[in-house]
Amino acid sequence: MADFLLELLSEEIPARMQAKARNDLARLFAECTSAAGLATGPIDVYSTPRRLALIARDVAEATDATRDELKGPRANAPEQAIDGFLKKTGLQRDQLEDRGGVFFAVVERAGRRASDILADAVGRIVAEFPWPKSMRWAEGDLRWVRPLHRIVAIFGEEIVAVEIDGVASGAATLGHRFHHPGPITIGGASDYVEKLRACHVIVDQEEREQLIRDEAAKVTAAAGLTLLPDEGLVVENAGLTEWPVPLVGSFDADFLDVPREVIVLTMRTNQKYFACTNDEGLLAPAFVCVANIEASDGGEAIAQGNARVLAARLADARFFWEQDLKAPLDEQARKLGSIVFHEKLGTVADKVERVAKLARWLVETGVVKADADEVERAARLAKADLVSGMVGEFPELQGVIGGYLAEARGEPKGVADAIREHYGAPNQSVSAAVALADKLDTICAFFSIDQKPTGSKDPFALRRAAIASIEIIVGNRLRLGLTEALRGVLANRAGQVSDAEPAHRLDKPASEILDFFADRLKVQQREAGVRHDLIDAVFALGDEDDLVRLLARVKALQDFVGTEDGTNLLVAYKRAANILKKEKWEGPRVMSSPGSQGIPQTGEEDPLVLVDDPILKDAVAEIASGSAGADLPQEKALISALDAAEPKAGAAIDKEDFTSAMAALASLRKPIDDFFDHVTVNDADAGKRERRLNLLMRFREAVNRVADFSRIEG
Amino acid sequence: MGQSPANSLLTGQFPLSLSFQDLILTLHRYWGAQDCVILQPYDMEMGAGTFHPATVLRALGAEAWRAAYVQPCRRPTDGRYGENPNRLGHYYQYQVVLKPSPDDLQDLYLGSLTEIGIDPLKHDIRFVEDDWESPTLGAWGLGWEVWCDGMEVTQFTYFQQVGGFECKPVTGELTYGLERLAMYIQGVDNVFDLRFNDAGVRYGQIFRENEIEMSTYNFEVADTDTLFDSFRKAAAECERCLTAKLPIPAYEQAIKASHVFNTLQARGVISVAERQAYIGRVRDLAKAACGAWLERAP
Repeated sequence: MADFLLELLSEEIPARMQAKARNDLARLFAECTSAAGLATGPIDVYSTPRRLALIARDVAEATDATRDELKGPRANAPEQAIDGFLKKTGLQRDQLEDRGGVFFAVVERAGRRASDILADAVGRIVAEFPWPKSMRWAEGDLRWVRPLHRIVAIFGEEIVAVEIDGVASGAATLGHRFHHPGPITIGGASDYVEKLRACHVIVDQEEREQLIRDEAAKVTAAAGLTLLPDEGLVVENAGLTEWPVPLVGSFDADFLDVPREVIVLTMRTNQKYFACTNDEGLLAPAFVCVANIEASDGGEAIAQGNARVLAARLADARFFWEQDLKAPLDEQARKLGSIVFHEKLGTVADKVERVAKLARWLVETGVVKADADEVERAARLAKADLVSGMVGEFPELQGVIGGYLAEARGEPKGVADAIREHYGAPNQSVSAAVALADKLDTICAFFSIDQKPTGSKDPFALRRAAIASIEIIVGNRLRLGLTEALRGVLANRAGQVSDAEPAHRLDKPASEILDFFADRLKVQQREAGVRHDLIDAVFALGDEDDLVRLLARVKALQDFVGTEDGTNLLVAYKRAANILKKEKWEGPRVMSSPGSQGIPQTGEEDPLVLVDDPILKDAVAEIASGSAGADLPQEKALISALDAAEPKAGAAIDKEDFTSAMAALASLRKPIDDFFDHVTVNDADAGKRERRLNLLMRFREAVNRVADFSRIEG
Repeated sequence: MGQSPANSLLTGQFPLSLSFQDLILTLHRYWGAQDCVILQPYDMEMGAGTFHPATVLRALGAEAWRAAYVQPCRRPTDGRYGENPNRLGHYYQYQVVLKPSPDDLQDLYLGSLTEIGIDPLKHDIRFVEDDWESPTLGAWGLGWEVWCDGMEVTQFTYFQQVGGFECKPVTGELTYGLERLAMYIQGVDNVFDLRFNDAGVRYGQIFRENEIEMSTYNFEVADTDTLFDSFRKAAAECERCLTAKLPIPAYEQAIKASHVFNTLQARGVISVAERQAYIGRVRDLAKAACGAWLERAP
């Protein structure tokens, strides 16, 4: 056994790709060796900006010889069958063994040397490496993340010979780009890490990460400050350096007038600097950058250089901030009239107008408890920062900047908060009203121009908007019938297009959007462990579109179907539903055969009219209850159980006490089981049969008041 | 405009720092020695050195090619009336293209930095991922922005596609931001303070008035009807050239349309939705010109 070292040296690998690359390297290597039957011990993988490396311990010297016997067709089988077998085994006809009239193939494979297997593995790893983006260079066809220059492949102390598109393996690699520019020779896995360390390369990314954490904290503390921890930056800087040297620098405290988020974001995204705070937790005018060299002047020039770059960026940010502060938000909001929201949906100003109306409507209809004027004001200013210079520079700060500008302009806190929070799923009432109105408008507007998400395509992020809407509604326990609300939103949008939009035109989009919400709700609730079929079962009721109540129903339902009563009741329900389906039974007959109990029908009038006929009322009720003429005790027991359970369940549902409603249904379990055990539904007597079918139907309807049990799986 | 003490200190780090024009001359000498033809700027308005036919058209096809040149870049939306110390509506890029990309391109590039006075053991040089894409040219490549002490000084790209066509062999492209680089080397915080030569002429003396007037023109004065009309005419002319199988003039009209579009953007008369349509139009023109260039008789 010996250790195997592989290093793939390339030009700089993007920091964000290195973690996955290490995993892919380990996985591909393990796949190659196990496919070849080569035993290996533990595998370590490393990455630096310029190299991906793997060390496999205790790799066997060779694979064992193998002998496989395969039974083939009979010797007198058709030619085709024999040819097929030869093809499969790769043998010639005379190599087959005839054992009592049956062909056998004996395939012997000699053991292979590990170095051959490893050479193949290197070739396959390079060929199949799943970089998120790869490239060609020079005149070659090879693809790698950036140009690949050297391959070090050493098994024990021997070089594993492999050549890939002109790159031949060897023992030489390069040290740190500036500290050790020339080639260095690696002896093998045993000296790889230490030899590189001597050449200013820390191969192990975790060691570099720890070094950055420790040293960054140390230099910050030495400056009397505290490092603002940021694991993302630790990993990124470790992916950008082979010899990380954190250095602290400072910027002019005057820049602290600029919103903290802007400073931190500028430092983080543009420069990959850590931010620092002072004793009071306030942002300090300092930063930590991570250099890749042990500079000849101790890093003074680097820290100063970085400080100048940051100062230029902050000066730019401050310029925008000061410009933005000069422009009142109302004035900015007016400029939204010149920004197209979508070519078919008018300008952003049009959208703001719709959102303002909707947000106010949410308050006036009692859905959100807040001051209507404040909500409308917040909605009217919510998008004003889109024309600010700051958001132009940092689009990800939309809302945050508007919040600061509103505060600076003396707007009420609720308004400033709503502007800041309305892109998310906020919990404060003013913010929630604006956020919900904004999202519902976006969803309805795009659906109304037939721009729905399909498959993986969701260019307007409508799915995210729907999930956020659900979070707002559920998180704030907002009570609204979604269908009605969606129709309102659609009408609001249609109203901007033409006043003559007929109301019925809204039916189709409203129900499509409701389905869309149902799907999103299932996705969102899946994470909370809620079963999607139960959500379907409640949505299938058709009239349940109050998400708060709907989820309460679903929760009670999930608890219920988990109990023994629930499971059995579901079985009974499915049995009843199957019988009704098989018999195509759709309820008390309006036109029935003579002699059976039916409601006389005279003509083509709507049968439901008759149901309301006072003369026939009692008869209809009796038929519908399935009680007329019940003769078996199990029939009677079921009827009385239904008589007791129905009003209980109904009252509980009215009180939104779904657990009690389920409990009422649970009382039907024994009577329905007894009924199925002792009563023949398909009685020869047509009257009995009809009566029993009606009774089963009543049972089904009673259960369906809570949820459509036919949608429940299991 | 005097320099702060900090600046003098920094200047001290580059005791023999190059003037703006010497920076260009040094790069010319360096890349000339690498067998690059030293070209002059293209005589049309463009937003980046990449648009020069010596990059776009020469990146297509099989012939080897090495060139270096300075290209004035016009970015109307970046104009700041000469008030911002770091932003200009008109500035210079130093462009190097090598096809096929040599194996030691990174080392060659780093050699150019040493040549202009940046010591890589004193300054932190880094290759930070930055994939390049030009939607208007239908071009993309992978590479980095090169950082010197946290400042982006060069865009380094291996072209993969230009005009929608695969680049084979691959062209390596280096784009130095000359003003930034000079500011860094000279230790200057304001672009207008750059020493243009060693006889006391500053960058601002030459270009500040230009920035003020061009910003005013691009943001406030440029006649949008005329611009829209120019765009249409350039597009139509491009197509006429394509019909006549003249890829170079066709490509020039695509460049023209691209610049008109940039000015229209600065005038703020193109909405977000329309923007994509205009970019798509320019891209179609550029792609067609590139296609015609590839089809021409060798």
